[in-house]
Amino acid sequence: MSDSMDFSALRRGLEDPAAGGAMLKRIEELAATIERPVTLMEVCGTHTHSIAAAGLRRLMPSNVRLVSGPGCPVCVTPIGWVDRAMALAAREDVIVTTFGDMMRVPASHGTLEESRAEGADVRICYSTRDALQIARDNPEKKVVFLAVGFETTAPTIAAALEEAERENLPNFLVLAGHKTIPEALEALMDNNDVKLDGLLCPGHVSVIIGSDAYAPVATAGLPCSVVGFAPNDVLAGVAELLAQLANDKPAVSNLYGRVVQPDGNPAARALLDKFFVQTDSDWRGLGIIPRSGLELKVEFAHRNAALLEVDLPVAREPKGCRCGEVLQGTIDPPECPLFGNGCDPEHAVGACMVSSEGTCAAWHRHERLALSSPKS
Amino acid sequence: MKNILLAHGSGGRLTGELIRKAFVPAFENPGLNELSDSALLPNLPEGQVAFSTDGFVVEPTVFPGGNLGEISVCGTVNDLAVAGARPLWLSWALILEEGLPMEKLQIYVDGAKAAAAQAGVQIVCGDTKVVPRGKGDEAFVVTAGIGVVPPERKLSDKNIEVGDALIVSGTVGDHGATILACRHDISGLELKSDCGPVNRLTEALFDADVDVRVMHDPTRGGVATTCNEAADRSGHRLVIDAADVPVSTATRAVCELLGMDPLYLACEGRVLAWVPADQVDQALAAWHALPEGEGAVRLGTIHERTQGTVPVSLRTAFGGEQPVDVLSGMDLPRIC
Amino acid sequence: MCLSIPMKLVEKEDLAGVAEVDGVRREVSLMLLPKPPQLGDWVLVHAGYAISHVDEEQAKETLDLLHQAAKAGALDWGSEK
Repeated sequence: MSDSMDFSALRRGLEDPAAGGAMLKRIEELAATIERPVTLMEVCGTHTHSIAAAGLRRLMPSNVRLVSGPGCPVCVTPIGWVDRAMALAAREDVIVTTFGDMMRVPASHGTLEESRAEGADVRICYSTRDALQIARDNPEKKVVFLAVGFETTAPTIAAALEEAERENLPNFLVLAGHKTIPEALEALMDNNDVKLDGLLCPGHVSVIIGSDAYAPVATAGLPCSVVGFAPNDVLAGVAELLAQLANDKPAVSNLYGRVVQPDGNPAARALLDKFFVQTDSDWRGLGIIPRSGLELKVEFAHRNAALLEVDLPVAREPKGCRCGEVLQGTIDPPECPLFGNGCDPEHAVGACMVSSEGTCAAWHRHERLALSSPKS
Repeated sequence: MKNILLAHGSGGRLTGELIRKAFVPAFENPGLNELSDSALLPNLPEGQVAFSTDGFVVEPTVFPGGNLGEISVCGTVNDLAVAGARPLWLSWALILEEGLPMEKLQIYVDGAKAAAAQAGVQIVCGDTKVVPRGKGDEAFVVTAGIGVVPPERKLSDKNIEVGDALIVSGTVGDHGATILACRHDISGLELKSDCGPVNRLTEALFDADVDVRVMHDPTRGGVATTCNEAADRSGHRLVIDAADVPVSTATRAVCELLGMDPLYLACEGRVLAWVPADQVDQALAAWHALPEGEGAVRLGTIHERTQGTVPVSLRTAFGGEQPVDVLSGMDLPRIC
Repeated sequence: MCLSIPMKLVEKEDLAGVAEVDGVRREVSLMLLPKPPQLGDWVLVHAGYAISHVDEEQAKETLDLLHQAAKAGALDWGSEK
């Protein structure tokens, strides 16, 4: 059976406009039966990006609005945390290792990219395993990995910690900044300013936490659909949410069964539990959300870069930035006074503009045309 | 001697040895063989003189499909060629890091030699400096080149007219994807830089009597950035059809792994040419006749730039149209 | 978030493997997979780690539905499961 699956055919199918057209037709029919305005949220930067890149927002019926939630981990990382990362980088005995995503995130004073230009040793890694190798190669330095990301990425940090423990590699540390999605969703649902009718659940977070993790959300009345990232994945998810709304039967529907199991990946979660505990966590723009972050367990204090001494500046949020509302889906990026007006990908003020998966960056990159020209 | 010493850049005996043993035999030509302070060159043919220079820093210095030496020759040859010039002479200045293995230097020399031969240019002067270990990244190269634009050729972004077509000589982003792959331990037999001289391609368009408006080579910032600059200067708007963007399977896979967009990755052996729409077929036929142009396709169409539109946009398979910006900052691999 | 792509496992030694897609290869760690993989298995790779198997049965089902959609022009893909 292994030889028979043709993944390139699947990919073509998932990007095939003919199949997409059929789904759009279905979406229009369903939207017409629902009549009232419907707001559907995705909480995944990769969804934000693919919706914008394929121009799907524009194709929705007039009563269906697609909004982005707090799905970009870089965007929700609080400024004080980035300040700490920069302060660590400034230490002579530290090599900071990071995914490329963090390099241009604005902190109170500058970015990691600027730290590097000032002489800090900051290295971009594709994987935590690259950071482990840097630690092996530089035994005289503390190698700190900037651990941002949701449940998809967090286990890869845990795996690196496991390897470091196993081989007794003392100089590999992490600055834990992980956030967890279900707790953020709960907080969103409790927020009365945010009125949602359906949720496109993040496909790769779900690989780890499982589609069952959304059961409480569906039970509370919000239709949920776990979907992949190709245009037709997203369209199918939208159709599914509308169908649930039309039938008034909110449930969790897993349309990404090719990689998402109901119970997710228990092995990855076990490894997460070994190293991390849930903790209240500050989301940039959203504030403290109970139990929505992961911090290193006390017995792994020797791996905790947050315990290294650094001089921290007073955290300074940029003035006028409305990232918080963008992250909750209560405003679209162009409603922020800074959007395209002092805040663009080249000179990002808020974090939502800096990561290419940030809502503002995705809008800036892909949807300016729709903003400046009348809908055809 | 196995490695480069500081003394190789001192101008003394070792420098002379390097020049005589490594460089002169490789690049042999009348201009260089004299080894005087300046290369004395024959009179230029009729036409406008084109002069270009470029610095080359690439890590790794040896990669699938090319090396620092090759790219340093191609880069300058290509800058001259897309200006409509016939490249003639190049300078080749090396800044080497102490400790560089001689075999690596030989790879650069062989690469430069092969590229120069392929492009039909002569490397007529050069220089070698050595910096202490840790102060350079193996090697840097600076080249400058002189070429001549035949009198009848007048290329400018201003020539671009509404209705014109943009063609590209092959798949995009292969060089950038290959370098990124090397840096992130990704390998693949099909993964290869497109590094190569393009002057046969540019000449082929003139030979085929194509009324070329302008040409560019999409190096840093990739096709997206180059097209934006051209569109800005032309005052018109370019619409690229997403389905027409030629991307090799391997490059696409690297891009998906690292979260990159091939439109923003550098090419080092491709030409973008703006031509009249009714001459696309003859232009493509001319390119298809050459091995380096066999992947040539039409990429986009020039439209009028009305108020509120962006200079370059991409038409997606789903009928949406989105702006294509210049590259913003350094393109970094990402995980989210 | 979370760029991940399906790749085929082409080499394997203990918890380390090499995965390939479209002729492009990279070393991946297999330590996060819930069940031991076999050579030739398709896995989802994120940041150098295989984080899940790809269920080929499900993938085929999706492909079939897409084919049907493309042909029929109407579809009940979403509300079946």
